[in-house]
Amino acid sequence: MTSSTGPILTVENLNAYFGDFHAVKGVNLEVQRNEVVSLIGPSGCGKSTFIRCLNRLHEEVPSANCEGRVLIEGQNIYAENADPVVVRRKVGMVFQKPNPFPGLSIFENVALGLKLAGITKKSVVTEIVEWSLRKSALWDEVKDSLSSPGLSLSGGQQQRLCLARTLAVKPPVILMDEPTSALDPISTAKIEELVMELKQEVTVVIVTHNMQQASRISDKTAFFLMGELMEFDETSALFTNPKNLKTEQYITGRFG
Amino acid sequence: MGLQATSFQDRKRKAINIAALGAVLGLAFLAAVPFVLVSGYILVKGIGSVDWAFFTELPKGPGETGGGMANAMAGTGVLVTMACLLGIPWGMATGIYLSEYGHGKTASILRFTVDLLTSVPSIIVGIFVYGLIVVHIGYSSYAGAAALAIIMLPIVARSTEEIMKLIPNSVREAGLALGLPRWKVILRILVPGCMGGLVTGFMLAIARVAGETAPLLFTAFGNQFYSTSLDQPIASLPVQIYNFAKSGFPDLVRQSWAGALVLVGLVFFLNFGTRSLLYLKNRKEIKS
Ligand SMILES: Nc1ncnc2c1ncn2[C@@H]1O[C@H](COP(=O)(O)OP(=O)(O)O)[C@@H](O)[C@H]1O
Ligand SMILES: [Mg+2]
Repeated sequence: MTSSTGPILTVENLNAYFGDFHAVKGVNLEVQRNEVVSLIGPSGCGKSTFIRCLNRLHEEVPSANCEGRVLIEGQNIYAENADPVVVRRKVGMVFQKPNPFPGLSIFENVALGLKLAGITKKSVVTEIVEWSLRKSALWDEVKDSLSSPGLSLSGGQQQRLCLARTLAVKPPVILMDEPTSALDPISTAKIEELVMELKQEVTVVIVTHNMQQASRISDKTAFFLMGELMEFDETSALFTNPKNLKTEQYITGRFG
Repeated sequence: MGLQATSFQDRKRKAINIAALGAVLGLAFLAAVPFVLVSGYILVKGIGSVDWAFFTELPKGPGETGGGMANAMAGTGVLVTMACLLGIPWGMATGIYLSEYGHGKTASILRFTVDLLTSVPSIIVGIFVYGLIVVHIGYSSYAGAAALAIIMLPIVARSTEEIMKLIPNSVREAGLALGLPRWKVILRILVPGCMGGLVTGFMLAIARVAGETAPLLFTAFGNQFYSTSLDQPIASLPVQIYNFAKSGFPDLVRQSWAGALVLVGLVFFLNFGTRSLLYLKNRKEIKS
């Protein structure tokens, strides 16, 4: 059962572990459609672990596990019969370090997800690849070199290629884990611009350790500390008028 | 006081340093000597007999002159191809398991077993295949290829494992995050992504078994003509070299030198060719 009203993403009492280590502690959170939500907090506070629970990637780490409920469009991705492969088609992810597939061309990098999901008609694939590359503002730079290796691009271009690869399978939710922390300022600005455009079509949850970035691009911001969600509010409210003392100390640079 | 090394202690330390460096350098260069001598000797003894007939004709009987080792070369081709058909997929599957699923105890035990298999003398592999296959269907290409495949298995498995492990984990996660099941991530992303490296491992395994003699004595056995059936004995270069060399007939001994030269050349070019291909490929990737 999917509903097109109500939150697109609901997290209920989520706990995540690495063996005995309790990395994410009882987090509750709701994300509305077409919102951009930033996650901030000092490094090691569990931001990556948290978003990796939202597409069931956390469980791929040996010894890692989690409990709680995560509803995407009303359906619990941790339900008994939920298939992680299906979940991940709905929740795309862009990683901290650009990670194009080695040995594949620019075109193939974007097309692979489509092909392996069963879309093989050449004209359709070509069309979606172009659409994705345009959406990630890479088309003009690579349209004449679609067959060169994805790894031959610059870091910023590679990251946009990874975004295009994610967009191609059209997930309604996209997770980003510090997508600009390995990029130069110009590439960073491009990615930020893209995120703001993308929210017409998708919902974005983005981890950033850059508070200016969070305030520039996100509608809401969540502050994490030592595995707990300390505060979650409209971005402007959180930065100008934090309710939690720890949030205030963090955003004013007193720790972290 | 300056900074020069003047004391006895200082000079002694310097002298020891120079002596140690000299010893290391000398021994390092000595390591090249056996290869140079072996290949030089084979070249000198064999080059005169490597002619057209050697590659195209069947062996003549003992005491006659002329003839060649065409059947042995064809046989080695057949045996190595069949060994690859079995040994490469088998070894790859093992290596993929060890790299991609090999976290637990079972995998450690398997990895250890594979390593032990590497050190089993090849003649023992031959005897094993003799007991397993030859006593039932006789000397044959099947038996010979099985023995070679068993020798290839650990080499292919471990090289596959090592090369797959070089792929950053972020690539696996990117594939999983796209909604691909793990086996598709492995077969469609990881394996193609490191094909160059995997092929190097295969080639080195081929180079290793192309010259194996002992396991073939018990399995493929050898003969003096072209084999027409895979369940019959089949000739191979190493075994034919062995048989001719110990035959005592001057013309056969002469031909076994030629065979040795061809075999060493083959193995050398397999090694050298693979490495240069890899080098060129890497250079191209770095440039582009
Ligand atoms: N693979 C792992 N195994 C064990 N502990 C881990 C692993 N990954 C992260 N952790 C621990 O979990 C905590 C949260 O890490 P992470 O989610 O990466 O933080 P953040 O992304 O906020 O910097 C840290 O204390 C980290 O040391
Ligand atoms: Mg992180």
